[in-house]
Amino acid sequence: MSQALFWLFSTIMLIGACAVIAFRNPVSSAMAMVTSFVGLAALFIGLSAFFVGMIQILVYSGAIMVLFLFIIMLLDLKEETKRATNGAPLFAGLALVVVFFIQFIGVLGHKLPNQSAPELNKETLAAAATQFPADGKITGALNNGKLPDVHLIGHTLFTEYNLPLQILGVLLLVATVGVVVLSKKSSASENTPS
Amino acid sequence: MPSLNDYLLVSGLLFAIGLAGVVLRRNIIVVFMCLELMLSAANLTLVAFSRFNGTSGLPDYNGQMLVFFVITVAAAEVAVGLAIIVALYRAKQTIHTDELVTLKG
Repeated sequence: MSQALFWLFSTIMLIGACAVIAFRNPVSSAMAMVTSFVGLAALFIGLSAFFVGMIQILVYSGAIMVLFLFIIMLLDLKEETKRATNGAPLFAGLALVVVFFIQFIGVLGHKLPNQSAPELNKETLAAAATQFPADGKITGALNNGKLPDVHLIGHTLFTEYNLPLQILGVLLLVATVGVVVLSKKSSASENTPS
Repeated sequence: MPSLNDYLLVSGLLFAIGLAGVVLRRNIIVVFMCLELMLSAANLTLVAFSRFNGTSGLPDYNGQMLVFFVITVAAAEVAVGLAIIVALYRAKQTIHTDELVTLKG
């Protein structure tokens, strides 16, 4: 990704993020968040992580933000009114952020190794093809000079990360059941006479 | 080509903005959205390191696996968190953190 595109998309992302905390209306915050995530997905794609960029758009900007908007509209929130800010928590919060950022600048003051990304051209991809089965799709795409991102992620997911993947399935099931229980219990307790 | 430090700087800024939002905003849904921003900042760092520390000509896919798991866990977390917020709203009729002081001593 060229330098100009990188700064364009990071600016979109950061302005979106600032707008999330600047808007008073939660619906505007959610829309700003979608903008921020689209910029972030563009950064992912610029890092040749095509699959992660796509699921960032589909899962975050699509599913998760729709869920947020749904809840905001379900609860029928009014715009947040300006209220008297008590100084101590506000100051402590800003100080926390500033201290974090100073520490961060200190870390970035040292040049990290691997400052430039390794080239992904025809030769390096073809050289990497030797570690995969010779007749597979991954090898074919690599020899053609393409990066088969989804195939490589699938390969890693189902070989090295098979057990975590299944645990993740259990986690999603538990979350689904948990959400049903959470939303059911409160309505049941309202209905039963106490 | 942007360098690794550029990516780290941008992701650190995103994290700081998210942290500021968590500390400064009173609407619990916006606080929750800012938590998602902080998770995304971590994701950007992971993908950047995965690209820049490539092994044998390819990006390091272990980093992108972690991003995949983070996004999935974040989706589950959002579902449970929003269910909790709805239950909270039903019980208290408010989602402003200033008014949720039941646990205050």
